[in-house]
Amino acid sequence: MTHVKLTMAQALNQALRDAMKADDSVLMFGEDVGPLGGVFRITDGLTAEFGEDRCFDTPLAESGIVGMAVGLAMNGMRPVVEMQFDAFGYPAFEQIVSHVAKMRNRTRGRVALPMVIRMPYAGGIGGVEHHCDSSESYYAHTPGLTVVAPSTVADAYTLLRRAIEWPDPVVFMEPKKLYWAKEEVDLTEDVPGIGKAVVRREGADATLIAYGPSVPIAMEAAEVAAAEGRQLTVVDLRSVVPFDDETVCAAVRRTGRAVVVAEASGFASVSSEIVARVTERCFHSLAAPVRRVTGFDIPYPPPKLEKYQLPGVDRILDAVDDLQWEDS
Amino acid sequence: MTTVEEQLLPSKEPVRLIDQDGVLHDHSSYKLPAEQTLVDGYVELIKGRRINDQASALVRQGRLAVYPSSHGQEACQVAASMVLADGDWLFPTYRDTVSIVSRGVDPIETLTLLRGDWHSGYDPYERNVAPQSTPLATQLTHAVGVAHAARLKGEDTVVMALCGDGATSEGDFHEALNFAAVFQTPVVFFVQNNEYAISVPLSKQTIAPSIAHKGIGYGVPGERADGNDLAGLLAVLGQAVDKARAGEGPQLVEAHTYRVQAHTNADDATRYRQDDEVTPWLERDPIKRLEAYLNSAGLLSDDTKKRADETATQVAQYLRDGLMPEPGVDSEDLFRHLYAVPTPQLVEQAAFLRDELAREES
Ligand SMILES: Cc1ncc(C[n+]2csc(CCOP(=O)(O)OP(=O)(O)O)c2C)c(N)n1
Ligand SMILES: [Mg+2]
Repeated sequence: MTHVKLTMAQALNQALRDAMKADDSVLMFGEDVGPLGGVFRITDGLTAEFGEDRCFDTPLAESGIVGMAVGLAMNGMRPVVEMQFDAFGYPAFEQIVSHVAKMRNRTRGRVALPMVIRMPYAGGIGGVEHHCDSSESYYAHTPGLTVVAPSTVADAYTLLRRAIEWPDPVVFMEPKKLYWAKEEVDLTEDVPGIGKAVVRREGADATLIAYGPSVPIAMEAAEVAAAEGRQLTVVDLRSVVPFDDETVCAAVRRTGRAVVVAEASGFASVSSEIVARVTERCFHSLAAPVRRVTGFDIPYPPPKLEKYQLPGVDRILDAVDDLQWEDS
Repeated sequence: MTTVEEQLLPSKEPVRLIDQDGVLHDHSSYKLPAEQTLVDGYVELIKGRRINDQASALVRQGRLAVYPSSHGQEACQVAASMVLADGDWLFPTYRDTVSIVSRGVDPIETLTLLRGDWHSGYDPYERNVAPQSTPLATQLTHAVGVAHAARLKGEDTVVMALCGDGATSEGDFHEALNFAAVFQTPVVFFVQNNEYAISVPLSKQTIAPSIAHKGIGYGVPGERADGNDLAGLLAVLGQAVDKARAGEGPQLVEAHTYRVQAHTNADDATRYRQDDEVTPWLERDPIKRLEAYLNSAGLLSDDTKKRADETATQVAQYLRDGLMPEPGVDSEDLFRHLYAVPTPQLVEQAAFLRDELAREES
């Protein structure tokens, strides 16, 4: 097959390009996504290739962008919008929660909104205030949304293609710090779709559960643990909603111990939901309480301090060490 | 020659073709609608008034949870739908029941939201009527999207987007006007200025000379009309729709009317306004004045009066018959329409509720 070396940013760009080629109703719009190609260049070249009607800049107003996407989706289009940064998606929050998420439900299935809200998110890029939020929990908490977060280049391509084809609105969380991660990939390869978690690494002793930007850290931690004699499974959620209880719980039952790794603040978050679900379902297989390594419950810190906030290999390994091994 | 500013600013006075005494006034820019249109409009007004008053009565009888009445605003309600073609779209709010029914949507399905057996009861694609929007002004950007999609598809659809005076303070009102202007989408923004947002008078929403004046800031032509004069509204809204359809971009129309009743049955208007403020508005009633004009012009035949009366009686009976019985609800509906394919978690929760209900029954 055709293996190519791509960054995640290039894979996302390719996914948009291929989706727009495959379906004339796919539109891409937002702030600076036209001739500039987006501040992260994810939409690079799309206006040139598909014209201004298909990929265009809008006035600077996120609620307007998402609201317009709702109307376009109501009338036969498949809009993909970019929120320039995670924290700049908040002006659109009312639209997302009150309309995007609810339209199918409030119309008894008569109006569906096939649309994608692309959200460059999370930290680790030395970004200043308001550029590094992990906002996935707000969306995951909202019934009616599908929330996806790729961690690999191959997934970035395939999950974005699937998200655009998905019959319901998808909040597509793009880990900014992985935009420049390069991988040898085969874009024609079939990878599991939305709603399926995958086991990235098998190990019998404990399970790390992660998604988006935390997956590579979890993989690194597992590598170090293996060198130290402890075999860790790593589960990559890929989609936060729908949540793949089956894959997650199977891994936890196999290993009897688990640590959830997430960059977002832990309080009332996706990570707390995972702990609750795993505890409810796997209690008798657990040899220790499920631990979490998350961001502290603080606003995302300034660049010089972000190293304290981000889950790192050592913190993950410490959490694994704390899984009451002496009792087993 | 008029300047760009003059083209964007509204008329010096709200456009009025028939005054509160039923007297006709010529206007340099707007023509009186055809006789038959006015006669049909009269029948619609009578029907709309009856829908409002019957629905309010049904709230008192516990058949509707709440009813935000457009009593006194029926001319706006009826005109908004009458000026649209079949393929056009209407984006209504919670107060626009009469407008939705005027567009041909089933009255019982229209009142589903306020009855409480579901959120939106009608199929938006059947008559191109969006679900009623409660979060103020949020529907206006959807209207822009629907209109933009139509333009991209090469269709000559016009979208009529309704909101109240209070809603013009919301950010989405401004974003919608600006987006529509930048993309030159065929949307008519129609603001029913009834002088109140629940208890708050217009003077606390804006100190602009009028709401129609706000258009100029976005490059959108603004116009204002007497909101209780069906003839003037049909002329102004009709022209706005024609311009939008002809590719002249979005239009902003403000109707100056008045909320003669409380915000809803749950509101107590005596806490924030005096009765003597309301009284003059009763004299400006939209039905009274059209009736006076049609009578004086010899256009109100016994047949028309009979038709109006029968239409109103029928719709009232239809509402009572349809809303008196308890609505059937299905608990499975709670989980059915969140996603095209329900998540495993929703499947589990639906089974849980089914099981709980089965145990209650046994
Ligand atoms: C975003 C939002 N904020 C507050 C409310 C509560 N609310 C419902 S109606 C209303 C007044 C709206 O006034 P106006 O826009 O003038 O419309 P009217 O009710 O007079 O038709 C308010 C504050 C709401 N529905 N949505
Ligand atoms: Mg009002």
